[in-house]
Amino acid sequence: MHFIIERENLDRLLAALQEHGRIIGPRITENTFGHRDIASSQDFPAGWTFEQDGGFFRLRQRRDPSLFAYTVGQDSWKKELYPPRSRLLSLQKTESSFSVTPEKSSSEKVVFFGVRPCDLAAIQIQDIILIQGPFADPEYSRRRENAMIVAIECTQPAATCFCASLGTGPGISSSSDYDLALTEVLDDGLHYFLVRAGTEQGRAVIAGLGLAEAPEQNIIRAENLVQEAASRMGRTMDQKGIKQLLYDNHEHPRWDQVARRCLTCGNCTQVCPTCFCHSVYDRVSLSGKEAERFRSWDSCFLLDHSYIHGGSVRVSSRSRYRQWITHKLASWIDQFKVSGCVGCGRCITWCPVGIDITEEIQAIRQSDERGCNA
Amino acid sequence: MTVSKVEKETRGTFTLELDPGESGFPFLPGQFNMLYVFGNGEVPISISGDPERPDILVHTVRAVGKVSKALCRLRPGDVLGVRGPYGSSWPVDACRERDILFVTGGLGLAPLRPAVFHIFNHRRDYGKVILLYGARSPDRLLYTKELETWSRALRVEPAVGSAGPDWKGHVGIVTNFIARMDCDPAQTKAMICSSESMMRSMISELNLLGIPDREIHLTLERNMKCGLGLCGHCQLGPTFVCKNGPVYSYDRVKELLAKREL
Repeated sequence: MHFIIERENLDRLLAALQEHGRIIGPRITENTFGHRDIASSQDFPAGWTFEQDGGFFRLRQRRDPSLFAYTVGQDSWKKELYPPRSRLLSLQKTESSFSVTPEKSSSEKVVFFGVRPCDLAAIQIQDIILIQGPFADPEYSRRRENAMIVAIECTQPAATCFCASLGTGPGISSSSDYDLALTEVLDDGLHYFLVRAGTEQGRAVIAGLGLAEAPEQNIIRAENLVQEAASRMGRTMDQKGIKQLLYDNHEHPRWDQVARRCLTCGNCTQVCPTCFCHSVYDRVSLSGKEAERFRSWDSCFLLDHSYIHGGSVRVSSRSRYRQWITHKLASWIDQFKVSGCVGCGRCITWCPVGIDITEEIQAIRQSDERGCNA
Repeated sequence: MTVSKVEKETRGTFTLELDPGESGFPFLPGQFNMLYVFGNGEVPISISGDPERPDILVHTVRAVGKVSKALCRLRPGDVLGVRGPYGSSWPVDACRERDILFVTGGLGLAPLRPAVFHIFNHRRDYGKVILLYGARSPDRLLYTKELETWSRALRVEPAVGSAGPDWKGHVGIVTNFIARMDCDPAQTKAMICSSESMMRSMISELNLLGIPDREIHLTLERNMKCGLGLCGHCQLGPTFVCKNGPVYSYDRVKELLAKREL
């Protein structure tokens, strides 16, 4: 069931959500966009949008007061659920042994406000890996439990977006795992949001605010905006037979071409909302008596990632780019029964040389279909 | 866990015996542990003890990196962190009544040792058992006392690259002797452990003998940070060596191992 809340009442919704926990959402501070604490609806980037392309991101002013007429920046919710760096253990040397104190995982209740459909899909993928695995990650699980999700549909796609071709956006399907889902509508001077609940918790918020049920025409208007967004998406990725395509093209000449551009910096893996590789390392005090074990995001683009005694398994840049894209789009499906790509386009925008995952796939697909690499 | 005994095997290679306490440490042959040395870090090391002796946890370590060097510096009474056991195991139960051919070299005997122990302990359950074990020189063979003991019940065939006049075993690369092991290919299960390039040669020799890929089992090594399939480092194509491996039947990884820099 759809409800309606006017722009001027959005702070009532935020106040209700603050009852649940600290609100984190989209915000521009010091001319940069990111996920930050949200105190009121004034904090949202009213009248702003993004221009994005390969290796390109600019904030642009709009002519309307819309709050969510953009897509995603460099931050994904992975940063909140699976922090870039976290302490796992603190260890203290004793006379003949050492003691181990595991880190307490965060128990803070939070609200993720403005989770985009692609990022919602990414969270569900990370749930499969980090919660449903044979081994669950305790920190991720705990943070996930404590997070309430307020998703928002996209009506203003970026040139780097391709969720429509992957079926992960720009709308939010009712089977998705959200507490509340919003759609922003600006119409003849009217500015309102359609609101749906996906959980009991979400329903309780709506009931608490006493929101009115949305008239049919408003629902249709919102659906049209989302549908239009799907048709205006800048990029597409054809998923058909993609697993076999990549498995069969391990020695494709395209890998050499992309390796000539790729800096193996790992930006793509850091901004990717599903990449989960991490490393674990120790930090020891000067006295040598205290040690801490940290986990930090790692990247398959780094030479150390595959290091074993005698050298790394993946030495060339081509092999490391190939590992990333093949894992993301092919072996991920074998491992977790789902693709690792949600079509958010972050890896395209934040690649310093603008390497485009959709273009690489297309290049391999075209020559594969032509039988060049048979 | 506390180190109860350290034994030097060869230059730079040590066998640590750990005391797992009253609960013991049951494991399957071929599985590994993550061993942590205070302040240094954690590495995956295969378990090398007798699976029927859960009261002693045995690891053989070669000092090659920061953590393995620190492991080799440990002395009795020192404490280290142990997580495990992780990973898949040698198919010792599935190959009862069969002939077994172990082919390995140098430190490669360490991950196979629990399987050899198992078969030695249950000798009647198996047919002909051969351990073809190579090293560069006789002083680089591991577990020499056990090789003696095992040779009473199994055919132990040591092969070294070079040796003095009193050496009674084979001289040459271990792969050269596979063809001479007069195995019945229809009866034989092969279990091998060595570097990937050596295993490739071993497998082609085993195939020449008529042993098919699915009857060859091997163990693989990859970078591992977690042992749980979560850190992403140990991926070999779609498999995670830590949870789907480290022991695989060759037919399951043949295509993956044939790919360069996978």
